[in-house]
Amino acid sequence: MRKRFKMPLKLKAVFCVAFTMLLFTSCKKGEESTDYTAIVTDGEMEAELTAPPMVPKPIGNRPAMKLKVNMEIKEQEGTMTDGVKYTYWTFGGSVPGSFIRTRVGDEVEFHLRNHPDNKLPHNIDLHAVTGPGGGATSSLVAPGHEKVFSFKVINPGLYVYHCATAPVGMHIANGMYGLILVEPAGGLPPVDKEYYVMQGDFYTQGEYGAKGLQPFDMNKAVKETPDYVVFNGRVGSLANGGELTAKVGETVRLFVGNGGPNLVSSFHVIGEIFDNVHVEGGTLINKNVQTTLIPAGGASIVDFKVETPGNFIIVDHSIFRAFNKGALGILKVEGPENKKVYSGTIQEGIYLPEGGTIQKMPTTEAAKTVTPKRTVAEKIKIGKEIFGTTCFACHQSEGQGIASAFPPLAKSDYLNADPKRAIKTILHGLSGEVTVNGKKYNNIMPSQNLSDDEIANVMTYIYNSWGNNKTDITPEMVKALR
Amino acid sequence: MMQKSIFIIILFLAHMGMIRAQESKMVPIKEGSFVPLYGATVKKPVVVKPFFIDVYPVTNNEFLSFIKKNPTYSKSKIKGIFADKSYLLYWKTDFDFGNSNPKAPVTNVSWFAAKKYCECQGKRLPTMDEWEYVAMADEKRIDARTKAEFNKYILSWYEKSKTFENPIGKTFKNYWGVYDMHGLVWEWTADFNSIFLSGESRKDKSDDKNLFCGGASVNATDLMDYAAFMRYAFRGSLKAQYSTRNLGFRCASTTKL
Repeated sequence: MRKRFKMPLKLKAVFCVAFTMLLFTSCKKGEESTDYTAIVTDGEMEAELTAPPMVPKPIGNRPAMKLKVNMEIKEQEGTMTDGVKYTYWTFGGSVPGSFIRTRVGDEVEFHLRNHPDNKLPHNIDLHAVTGPGGGATSSLVAPGHEKVFSFKVINPGLYVYHCATAPVGMHIANGMYGLILVEPAGGLPPVDKEYYVMQGDFYTQGEYGAKGLQPFDMNKAVKETPDYVVFNGRVGSLANGGELTAKVGETVRLFVGNGGPNLVSSFHVIGEIFDNVHVEGGTLINKNVQTTLIPAGGASIVDFKVETPGNFIIVDHSIFRAFNKGALGILKVEGPENKKVYSGTIQEGIYLPEGGTIQKMPTTEAAKTVTPKRTVAEKIKIGKEIFGTTCFACHQSEGQGIASAFPPLAKSDYLNADPKRAIKTILHGLSGEVTVNGKKYNNIMPSQNLSDDEIANVMTYIYNSWGNNKTDITPEMVKALR
Repeated sequence: MMQKSIFIIILFLAHMGMIRAQESKMVPIKEGSFVPLYGATVKKPVVVKPFFIDVYPVTNNEFLSFIKKNPTYSKSKIKGIFADKSYLLYWKTDFDFGNSNPKAPVTNVSWFAAKKYCECQGKRLPTMDEWEYVAMADEKRIDARTKAEFNKYILSWYEKSKTFENPIGKTFKNYWGVYDMHGLVWEWTADFNSIFLSGESRKDKSDDKNLFCGGASVNATDLMDYAAFMRYAFRGSLKAQYSTRNLGFRCASTTKL
């Protein structure tokens, strides 16, 4: 009897241990610590590679496979901005290089080809590779030759790849970087639109905008003072017809990388909040993020639902880079207005602290009484001050504007052709496409909260500066169009 | 009539001969020493004994006459171990370099073929130290490596495409009277692979102390001498049977020919 009783106790203990172990292992399955090296591949395919801003099709439910990647290195001349050429070194003929999309467990067979006309040897370091040099040790390839190596992707995430041939900094500065995505099993949650954006800083012997073929400047690179900070290899790559697009209600996912070589990006989309951010391109997800930091040689996956139509400006919020060095792109969202989410301007008023109330814009009668007669010289003097506080931020100190974003006021054909149209632009704002000095701009200028007198002064200043046609604008002309 | 045409032919041949002679002309290089890029840790200068070097790289025309005399080095006959598939890739046939400029440097030549060519002229390939020693001179001085303008000039070549189509002798004439050390094509040297780059330039500094260089190396003589880094990196990517469109060669000699 005693013996009999003992046995079940032992059994119970065994069951108990077995049960808790089962619980433990079943728990583990759902975690990220799964051993991806053990995944067995099933079949073989050639990887789809895409130039920015496009990305290959999602991996969906496909099993881990043997994935062949054919990447060709090309040294080629390209356009940095209007009139400025640069010799780019590229993976796949674009900056950033072709986007590679894999899933965890894939065995990648990488064929790195160096075009015969190239001058230099190159290699590739993929941050998704676990192994010496990230592949660089096995991939140094002379012009006109090919190197093959393979690796298994065992960590899901978004990774940078780049050239690591001496001098490493120069190869990266000339555009030799791109992104490789390793999706988790089953893929990332589906979204409506996916795009590929990568920031890079460029160092040229001439200043920003200096014309002609600009050689790389090693001194500026060492000092970390770039002339250009751009998305996708050049100024205006995501504007003037290259805008990213979406429709109201869609969810947009951006695969954002930073090739550097030097700067860290404060990545921000003006007027949007990232619903989800894969911090540093890894597994940790942060929600409701305004600006995400992307280190040089790092990446981030951000997604957000677009609720309202309009142009959303993509910037490096280290903001002088955006407005003075080119780190500016546009996400164009089309669809019906959503006044609940964003009303637009409801009311314009003048704020008088002493009065303590918000008044309506002064009537024409009121304006009449306060407008003194001024000479052109007086107008220019006052106008210059107004320009410095109101217009300068976009149109720049010498009225030169910003390529692809804000049209120039200096020697501006658009401005000189029609003063009435110019007055209306300040009074009522302007949106949509305009052509100024042969270049297209598609942006929004808000209506300016200025009096007739102020508008007359600032416009007279603009018309009498930077080679414009010296039109004299009077408050009466402004009033007539208000 | 007959006499006249013979005279013209003789004139023409003489003229051709002069061009030949001019192309393969050599100049003396005086003995000297310098600290090459990879020697920084030892700080020991390399002594270069007096020698002679071709004023210009070997041209398509010159290489064609070599192949005519040595058909085993033509593109269809050459043995696989001496040259890869891209050997003379831009030539139309064994004895025709097509539309290429006859006075442009011959490229897509393997190290074996370049070595053989020089031997047939009674010459040899320059050593890497010899080549680097001649290449550090600008128009006026023997060692211009610290001059920013000189390095800029060399670097600017990396950004010019298809310079291999240019004829020889159009770049600057350096202190020794040698042309095209920079700005035209890369050149083979006898011991091109004696400086060993692992292909992972960032770790190279941690290995053999004397013979390594790399983009991240703190041992390099002058970190700004990126122009030289590129040459060592390029050589490091080569094997003797390789041939590429931007790689030619010239010959040297220890004694006066």
